[in-house]
Amino acid sequence: MRRSLIDYVLPLFVFLAMLGLWEAVVRINAIPPYVLPAPSLIGATLVKDWDTLSGALMVTLRITFQALLAATIGGVTLAILFARSRWIERSFLPLAVVLQVTPIVAIAPLLLVYLEANTAVLVCAFLVAFFPILSNMALGLASADHNLIDLFELYKASRWKQLVLLRLPAALPYFLGGLRIAGGLALIGAIVAEIAAGSAGQGAGLAFRIVEAGFRLNIPRMFAALALISASGVLIYLIFTLLSWALLSRWHDSSRERGL
Amino acid sequence: MLTLRGVDKVFANGAQALAGLDLDVREGEFLSLLGPSGCGKSTALRMIAGLGEPTRGAIAWRAGRPEVGFVFQDAVLMPWASVFDNVWLPLRLAGQSRAQASPKIEAALDLVGLQGFARAYPRELSGGMRMRVSIARALAMRPALLLMDEPFAALDEITRQKLNDDLLRLKQELGATVIFVTHSVFESVYLSDRIAVFSARPGRVTAEIEVAAPALRNDDFRLSQTYAQACRSATDALHAAMGEA
Repeated sequence: MRRSLIDYVLPLFVFLAMLGLWEAVVRINAIPPYVLPAPSLIGATLVKDWDTLSGALMVTLRITFQALLAATIGGVTLAILFARSRWIERSFLPLAVVLQVTPIVAIAPLLLVYLEANTAVLVCAFLVAFFPILSNMALGLASADHNLIDLFELYKASRWKQLVLLRLPAALPYFLGGLRIAGGLALIGAIVAEIAAGSAGQGAGLAFRIVEAGFRLNIPRMFAALALISASGVLIYLIFTLLSWALLSRWHDSSRERGL
Repeated sequence: MLTLRGVDKVFANGAQALAGLDLDVREGEFLSLLGPSGCGKSTALRMIAGLGEPTRGAIAWRAGRPEVGFVFQDAVLMPWASVFDNVWLPLRLAGQSRAQASPKIEAALDLVGLQGFARAYPRELSGGMRMRVSIARALAMRPALLLMDEPFAALDEITRQKLNDDLLRLKQELGATVIFVTHSVFESVYLSDRIAVFSARPGRVTAEIEVAAPALRNDDFRLSQTYAQACRSATDALHAAMGEA
């Protein structure tokens, strides 16, 4: 590995320096915590309120991953159907595009009219995560080497064999790219829908905790919940980056080390 | 082995690739299709492989279409699969399990000199080695007819000569019929028993040249009188075909 320690130390140093500066500004100017809490106070709140916050974190993460799973199954299946038949693609693609370009914030209140709050949040997260997977997967399935397709035809491969042995592996890098985008979007969709829902009680996620803490002017807790949301986003990104690397590093150029 | 009679090929976009192509392929020969780029020789090869039908005319097989192996201009390997799995592909599509196919795969890799590379991935190989994998894949089913579409065009001269020699040895060992598309006069003369010269698009065969030479050839052959004469007549035929005689 040519990657030196500096690659990791430098961003960490910048991050810590910014937190230090923030802490210093708050302390020197004696800014009250209901205006701007210091990072140390946010950390303390995170520990103190962990029971409430961790519960909310689990709710949000569960919805995010459920939505992602549903989006993956739905997106991949529809992309395969698109690849099978131009008619299906012609009929359904415009609908998918309409759902994609309509801002989720605008759809969420409507969904809340028809669905129970938790289900509505799940559907919102699903809707935003679905399209990147569908479009990337469809592109991936269509981008298999046409010479290889000829070769499969020459050896009289069934369409099923062609799908499993050729089109799906060829689509894998595209799919993983879509999944990485969809992971972040699913989290955003879940948060947006929760804020629109504003539901209380047992099933409340992180976004609701932010709204609730805002009503109570509990600013440190707002920041603590925000920090958890950021951390979740980073975690999701890391998971899918690692997954990509694990699946592609042997053969795909995208995960090739830029050596020399 | 097979006969093409009055074969025309017009593509959907109206471009005519072949016009009145007549060609006989004899059992066990090494036949080169020589012609300028875009003259339809690849199209002819693809139709022989069963990829696309003639617009007019007919392809007749003496004893039905035999097992066919096809080698493309590029190696056309599956980058996500190891060398072993790439060579396995034709056997796998014919319903053979990994274990059933294994001896044949090993044998095919031996033939092209790639023992010990079964677990490598295409990315880890040089261009010449990738082409060897591609040839091993085409040979895995022990085809009676091997079709090659400018397989060595993208390789450097030294690798190309090495692969030419290996190909002649392979043909000798396997006794297959080979149809080899190329635009190189020298390559076609070095390899072939017979050369069919194509005119520019729309293509048809304008001359056939027999190369009277030993079946197994080496560097001495490249310097011989026979080689020089055959190159001369192939070049003349090619110029005539392109209307520059």
